[in-house]
Amino acid sequence: MSHSNVLARFGMALAATLLGVALVAGSARAGQSLLNVSYDPTRELYKAINPAFIADWKAKTGETVQIQTSHNGSGAQARAVIDGLKADVVTLGLAADIDAIAAKTGKIPADWQQRLPNNSTPYGSTIIFLVRKGNPKGIKDWDDLAKPGVNVVTPNPKTSGGARWNYLAAWGYGLAKFDNDETKTKAFVKAIYQNAPVLDTGARGATITFAQRGLGDVLIAWENEAFLALQEFGADNFDIVAPPRSILAESPVAVVDGVVDAKGTRKLAQAYVEFLYTPAAQAIIAKNFYRPAHPEFAAKEDLARLPKIELFTVDKLLGGWAKTQKKHFADGGVFDEIQKQEPTQ
Amino acid sequence: MSHIAPIERTGPGPGTLGLKKPWRFTAPTVLPGFSLTFGYTLVYLSLIVLFPLSVLVWRASGLGFGGLYAVATEPRVAAGLRTTFSISLAAAAIDVVFGLIVAWVLTRYEFPGRRFLDAVVDLPFALPTAVAGISLASLYAPNGLFGAPLAALGIKVAFTRLGILVALIFVGLPFIVRTVQPIIGELEVELEEASATLGATRAQTVWRVLLPPLAPALLTGFAMAFARAVGEYGSVIFIAGNIAYVSEIAPLLIVVKLEQYDYAGATGIATIMLAISFGALLAINLIQAWSRRRFGHV
Amino acid sequence: MSEATPARSHTNVRTEAPATRLTLILVAVVFLALFLLAPLGVVFTQALQKGFGAFAKALADDDAVAAIKLTLLVAAIAVPVNLLFGLAASWSIAKFSFPGKSLLITLIDLPFSVSPVVSGLVYVLVFGSQGVFGDWLAAHDIEIIFAVPGIVLATIFVTFPFIARELIPLMQEQGTVEEEAALTLGASGFHTFVAVTLPNIKWGLLYGLLLCNARAMGEFGAVSVVSGHIRGLTNTIPLQVEILYNEYNSVAAFALAALLASLALVTLGLKTFLEWRHADALTGRARRRH
Repeated sequence: MSHSNVLARFGMALAATLLGVALVAGSARAGQSLLNVSYDPTRELYKAINPAFIADWKAKTGETVQIQTSHNGSGAQARAVIDGLKADVVTLGLAADIDAIAAKTGKIPADWQQRLPNNSTPYGSTIIFLVRKGNPKGIKDWDDLAKPGVNVVTPNPKTSGGARWNYLAAWGYGLAKFDNDETKTKAFVKAIYQNAPVLDTGARGATITFAQRGLGDVLIAWENEAFLALQEFGADNFDIVAPPRSILAESPVAVVDGVVDAKGTRKLAQAYVEFLYTPAAQAIIAKNFYRPAHPEFAAKEDLARLPKIELFTVDKLLGGWAKTQKKHFADGGVFDEIQKQEPTQ
Repeated sequence: MSHIAPIERTGPGPGTLGLKKPWRFTAPTVLPGFSLTFGYTLVYLSLIVLFPLSVLVWRASGLGFGGLYAVATEPRVAAGLRTTFSISLAAAAIDVVFGLIVAWVLTRYEFPGRRFLDAVVDLPFALPTAVAGISLASLYAPNGLFGAPLAALGIKVAFTRLGILVALIFVGLPFIVRTVQPIIGELEVELEEASATLGATRAQTVWRVLLPPLAPALLTGFAMAFARAVGEYGSVIFIAGNIAYVSEIAPLLIVVKLEQYDYAGATGIATIMLAISFGALLAINLIQAWSRRRFGHV
Repeated sequence: MSEATPARSHTNVRTEAPATRLTLILVAVVFLALFLLAPLGVVFTQALQKGFGAFAKALADDDAVAAIKLTLLVAAIAVPVNLLFGLAASWSIAKFSFPGKSLLITLIDLPFSVSPVVSGLVYVLVFGSQGVFGDWLAAHDIEIIFAVPGIVLATIFVTFPFIARELIPLMQEQGTVEEEAALTLGASGFHTFVAVTLPNIKWGLLYGLLLCNARAMGEFGAVSVVSGHIRGLTNTIPLQVEILYNEYNSVAAFALAALLASLALVTLGLKTFLEWRHADALTGRARRRH
């Protein structure tokens, strides 16, 4: 009867599907390919770099390789690698996330940052401000963000790597301003975060809240994000404001030894990370609004777009990421203390 | 068909179940297939749900009861749990009222566009939660289609607790409508007619005759909408504002803990949420079973 | 639905006063407009803001096609598996009485209440390389997390209760009288199920299937945790939507989202068609039953 027919057909469909899964799973492993696990803002960058590397590799070896990319929040990506995502190369938003992979899996040696030039950092960025056209609130420096009546949009440092850079830039500015007085610095940073009506979970979310939802007077953002937002949402709606002093946001890269040795892709992976330092890649990096490790390779007009800012580093000012992470962003850390407040409905 | 057929083959024959044993797990019945379907249910449930969740609880058990208590009473976590459970409750309650009206209207009345509306009800399931969150945020933001007039009235929705409520109403609605709809379709004509014939007003008929058989389905729908709202993450974070102690939901705190590689803390919050939801769901299901025995209704 | 015919023939006693009816319809329409139609409108306006050409191009993109294929594959496994479970669970729970039933139903409900963040996490805790089976899986070179099996598992978990939960109340409401009659008259158990139970639960089953399928295709949170986000390989439609949105490519993002939304509309069109085809049989049965 018809019901049995339906069931029989359904059974066949199920069998076909399972076969399909087997085929898909099988074909996915064919061909030499590299998985670059990166963080959110580098999508555009690696979309430009990967074809250049593939062409370069083909010219040198005659082999056609495939570069796969995975993008998500920096911390979530580090966790995925720790939990078994087979990344040949990690290119993350802060050194602490690669440190975590090294510490928890041993797939990357602890001294990974010494293995490549410039602290394994082929490119970086800094933290600047995006304001509404004409800068109606007259925002020029970090002090202006702490003023009452200024609405600041920045993501949540507890969930976003980019947000941690924002926070540390403010903290570093405060330390310099108040002669390393941490109590005063804390009050200063607290004033900035009390001006934040929303803490998006990711940097892109914050950009969209500011640009599309029309919330806030100023967005604290990575320089490359701010320029990209200007490009996407129209230069006639927003202005970029560069504070005189800010942090150098270093984005380090590493080969994941444990994975490349198992997959036999070490040579390719090593070539990939080294390629990032070549003139060709450095030029692409500057074109995508990042600050290249070797400015001499970048096009002059690309560099000229980036504002002159006095930059300080996490290492010099705050004693490295491991310490900073623990002191500021762990539970009960400085950021939690800053957020502690009477519930205001 | 192969997986349905065994119901008759391996199940005990009609009437034989339980006759030989003094104690029976099930009440006597002529229906076959209990051991097969029940066994399959248990095995599948254990593999897909119970085992993974027990691993979660096991990871959290490293904290011990003291540690779990400490996590739950940490002011920020406590605030998050309160936010999540209270707003979920409110959203589910609102969904029950409007979901019933929607289900009733869609099932009972003919009007132009009915079928289209019927289709739209499933939207919250089909639309990825992040898209829902983004769409709702763009509508209810201060510069949005609904947000602008509301802001003029001094009501802020997006990036406040009200925003969370809007998102949770959205995700929970289909549960109510889709659970109640088939039951409304099955309501017995005679009861209604009898009630009317005996002189009841329409309101009395609805209240005394039609609603009682719908109550269990409404309760089920409420339970599911509530449960779903408690766990919801994707659509909420785009519209919530995520300010600690104010508009931070408990699932976000799990993500925050994970971000610090604090698996014990993350699984701890998850376990607490699981325990509370389990308690609430069990209570609702027990009330249902009781009312079924008491009133003979579903 | 099936009420169309009887409702018309009993208009006077089986419906409300016209004013009440109109008010209720208005309330329902306004509520749905505020909470469902408006977001749907946003999705479609965003998807079509640069014209139909851009919309179609976005759907034809390689990564988008890969995501669509993966999503269909995942749903094609998760839905039948949960259908089988739903039928077994509802049969044993609704047609038999045994102790601990409420507990069992609650356990089946549980995946609804588990945050998607957590439902992904539990599979990472089980199958991840730091997880319970991590070493064994690595030793045997079996990939579950960050590959298709993990995505399928997470989807099955998230959509686990849908069909069972739709069928249980319906089958409880219907009781066992008809099945008992069929069995007494000598029908086999399987025949009874197919000829008596299945037609009675047909619409509930269909709803359950539609919901389960919609949710299987639309799930974001849990899948996001176990996917690995590898472009063109482990991204489902919802993940691809997020990626495109984060790339400020809102046309493409909402085009894919619109595809998922239309899915709900298409499946309902199918349901309407079936109802129309079987309208006679349905009302006939309804008369017979009452």
